[in-house]
Amino acid sequence: MAAPYDLNDDGVVVIIGTGAGGGVLANELAQKGIDVVSLEAGARHNPEDFINDEWASFSQLAWLDTRTTSGDWRVAKDFAGLPAWIVKSVGGTTQHWAGASLRFQEHEFRIKTEYGDVPGANLLDWPITLADLEPYYAKAEDKLGVTRTNGRAGLPGNNNYKVFEKGAKALGYKDVHTGRMAINSADYDGRPMCQQTGFCFQGCKWGAKWSAGYVEIPKGEATGKLEVREQCMALQVQHGSDGKVTGVLYADKDGNQHVQKARAVCVAGNAFESPRLLLNSASSMYPDGMANSSGQVGRNYMRHMTGSVYAVFEKPVRMWRGTTMAGIITDESRHDPSRGFVGGYEMETLSIGLPFMAAFLDPGAWGREFTSAMDGYENMAGMWLVGEDMPQEKNGVTLHPDIKDQFGLPVPNVHFDDHPNDIAMRNHAYKQGMAVYEAAGATRAFPTPPYPSTHNLGTNRMSEKARDGVVNKWGQTHDIENLFISDGSQFTTGAAENPTLTIVSLAIRQADHIAERMSQGTL
Amino acid sequence: MTKHASPRSMTRRQLLASGTACGAALVVGTGFVAHPGEAWAAEVTALKPETFATLVQMARDIYPHDRLGDRYYAAAVKAHDTEDSAEMIEAGVASLDTLAVGAGHPSYVETGWEIDRVALLRQIETTPFFQAVRGGLVVGLYNQKEVWPAFGYEGESFSQGGYLDRGFDDIDWL
Repeated sequence: MAAPYDLNDDGVVVIIGTGAGGGVLANELAQKGIDVVSLEAGARHNPEDFINDEWASFSQLAWLDTRTTSGDWRVAKDFAGLPAWIVKSVGGTTQHWAGASLRFQEHEFRIKTEYGDVPGANLLDWPITLADLEPYYAKAEDKLGVTRTNGRAGLPGNNNYKVFEKGAKALGYKDVHTGRMAINSADYDGRPMCQQTGFCFQGCKWGAKWSAGYVEIPKGEATGKLEVREQCMALQVQHGSDGKVTGVLYADKDGNQHVQKARAVCVAGNAFESPRLLLNSASSMYPDGMANSSGQVGRNYMRHMTGSVYAVFEKPVRMWRGTTMAGIITDESRHDPSRGFVGGYEMETLSIGLPFMAAFLDPGAWGREFTSAMDGYENMAGMWLVGEDMPQEKNGVTLHPDIKDQFGLPVPNVHFDDHPNDIAMRNHAYKQGMAVYEAAGATRAFPTPPYPSTHNLGTNRMSEKARDGVVNKWGQTHDIENLFISDGSQFTTGAAENPTLTIVSLAIRQADHIAERMSQGTL
Repeated sequence: MTKHASPRSMTRRQLLASGTACGAALVVGTGFVAHPGEAWAAEVTALKPETFATLVQMARDIYPHDRLGDRYYAAAVKAHDTEDSAEMIEAGVASLDTLAVGAGHPSYVETGWEIDRVALLRQIETTPFFQAVRGGLVVGLYNQKEVWPAFGYEGESFSQGGYLDRGFDDIDWL
């Protein structure tokens, strides 16, 4: 049988979402000859469609459906209706991501053991190790064409990187380079090398950056085994009297509702929509939501310790020229409690354009203190700080008691309180980031607060024991054998590294597992 | 949006003669606010022209960039010149003028020093009126492509082939 598939075809695997998790899983399964229907809430945007203008692109790609926020994190004050800067499109947030592709460190798979008791944190070791994931990391790096891995060259450093590198070396940092990036440093996989155009966040118009949207999905479709239904929003996962899932109720672009039958369902709608879907799928058999016997669905939300440092120099930097995030200092990513916190953080070059600088440099600020900073824009360098944050049971996604979406379903509320460890790490990172730029000659530096979250993790976490989390080491829910989680919500903990490479690696591994189970007749 | 030619084809001299000087640079007439020095005028439909002139001054005081002319601020606040927002804006400006009078100034726009105007704005910065004006400016001012050159920002580069051969790594002072 080949795509397109009938709604009553109960032999298909239904995947919800086409981003780093769902898009990769869809292609991997299709390559193995497995019939796949992907439901994608967004529309298709190919490189030629991308807009290199920050606000116009934001309107084109961002997920702007109603979400509410609570908690003491500053995002809830500055961007109350926008907890995350993620994408609604075929390819999901891989259309927008910067491309940083880092493996987790060995100890980051077992931080409960490594860090010990951290008050207020709901720590847990992953049920897998770095050794389990290494073969899949290697496959993922080849799939994404990650620079500085498996013999591929690094990207050249742009102006923003050169300032960053000078400061890093002057400060005594040892491990600074242009990053391991899913952006081609040479032509690769039918896509061109990076042209240093900037606007990586707005979608790469050259296709030099890997995206599930225009790399994985077309390859899957070419097999004849993948049907992508665009602008189709999953509303409910349905189940039979035996408790196994039977299909997915979804609304198409015209608002008409359909049920696609399924042999198995893989949920990859991001760390907000995936738990929301499970909670909205509550039934008499599953009164607390699907796959939620642990009570952990929607909990333990992590968004990485983040912040930025921008700094002004005497002469122009023009940081916006070239790759947005091709620069990294990894010296602070180690676990070293002598710094006053557990876990570590990465420092990565970052630039945003003038319109977004106005919105993000110091949200709500006004007057000459702010505008004199903006007047220094041409002479600015910038970096992003990204580190491991603590899972806390109280942080997460719940269904809003009153506000409903266009389909009549409760919208998600995203609650986040910073853990004291997150705050201590951020303060350390601000200090070090400003020191880097001061060592390169900065005249003024700005410790810039977190943006709406781009790394959204942990709300259906992986655990060895069913009572501690939602899915097992394959991303299969503990409660329902033919229901899987395939996105960053399955992360047990967040590590210091940008999560996409790990999401992709887990998806490749999960595809192998699903195919094996099918061939054994156990799925 | 702001027009870069004066309404009714008035000359600068006629404009100055027909309007009322308002603040340092703006002239308020019937249904318009003009800036003779910058040779532009904005038609105002829902707001009183005096109110619009105050908004322009307020916009500059919120995000002061001395190298940007008033026309960019006028364009940025023009979105408030609608029937829907007129009531809130008129009331907000009126209360701002009341505060100015209370502080011994003739009005907000006739408060001579920026630091004194900013002190008035600090008193209202948590009001919905102030937040609407400030919030609108974040996009309304900084997303005007015409202001980008004043900050050195170059915008998109794809149409020119990116910066691979045009200076992505040309920094020469490190």
